Amino acid sequence: MIVGDSKPLEEILEMIKGRDKVLVLGCRGCVTVCNVGGEKEVGILATALRIARKKAGQPPTVDGMTLERQCDPEYIEELAEVAGDYDAIISIACGVGPQFVAERYPEAAVFPGINTTFIGGALEHGVWAERCQSCGNCLVHNFGGLCPIARCSKSLMNGPCGGSAKGNCEISPEVPCVWHQIVEKMEKMGRLQELEKVWPNKNWLTSRDGGPRKRVREDLKQ
Amino acid sequence: MRLQYPASVRVIQLPCSGRVDILHLLKAFEEGADGVYVAGCMEGDCHFLTGNFKARRKVNYVKKVLEQLGMEPERIEMYNMSSAEGPRFAQVAREFTQRIQELGPSPVKAAQAA
Ligand code: SF4
Ligand code: SF4
Repeated sequence: MIVGDSKPLEEILEMIKGRDKVLVLGCRGCVTVCNVGGEKEVGILATALRIARKKAGQPPTVDGMTLERQCDPEYIEELAEVAGDYDAIISIACGVGPQFVAERYPEAAVFPGINTTFIGGALEHGVWAERCQSCGNCLVHNFGGLCPIARCSKSLMNGPCGGSAKGNCEISPEVPCVWHQIVEKMEKMGRLQELEKVWPNKNWLTSRDGGPRKRVREDLKQ
Repeated sequence: MRLQYPASVRVIQLPCSGRVDILHLLKAFEEGADGVYVAGCMEGDCHFLTGNFKARRKVNYVKKVLEQLGMEPERIEMYNMSSAEGPRFAQVAREFTQRIQELGPSPVKAAQAA
């Protein structure tokens, strides 16, 4: 899933300063699963903003609404009736949400209420970790199922580097060295010799380095 | 046992302190409550094992929200007490009421009254 963090309330309050009617817009996709932008978080943020408004003696009109997804035009359409009623729409979906809303409603003032941080998974309830950097050419099967692109601080294809110590990355004793894990895993699987292969430089054109990406699926297009 | 505790304390019963939600706590402040405290069972005595620990974490979350809103985090607190400790319940109610009296009315209520 796409993982995000709530923006500090101070930052959000600053964004919507002087805008009377506010809509907090949630999404039932990834951000619901990582507890940062679903219906519940819409309620919490809208309530916190109303408290701030009431405290400042300002009109406390802060409503909440949660769409099925904010990355699909058909759901963004559900805002058509109400978008014009608000002086600010705070999207707490991933960064796609505020952009899709702003594209569809050019008159609306749209603000991001969360920081989109990474593609990852839940290690346990309340703990998430990065697992993929959407490089566009997945290679994890060569590394025991561990991604050296997203999980090695240097995205090394031929690791570990000299900074690997006691299983941890040189950037911090809190960060496991994925290359240490790759070697251990491959050894356990009896595939250590596969790591003798020297990987050429990765072609980053499939990643962000090739510019913004777009997929057209002729089989699905209407 | 008939024990006196301040009449300003309004008790809302829940099956377990773990049932309390961040939203419930914030709603109370939105509606102008001067302070909110959660009275949970003693740590280690939760019938649902960790309800009271979860309640404490939610209270801590709301403390941070209050801080970000420029309100005193002391306006919300978590207390642990056994259901067999009537006198402690009354004492906590008095203590917390005194704390809130010292902090004064909620700025939410004050702004509304103005
Ligand atoms: S190799 Fe690329 S696509 Fe595969 S997990 Fe790593 S970053 Fe993601
Ligand atoms: S210590 Fe490990 S994870 Fe860190 S940069 Fe070197 S190989 Fe990558």
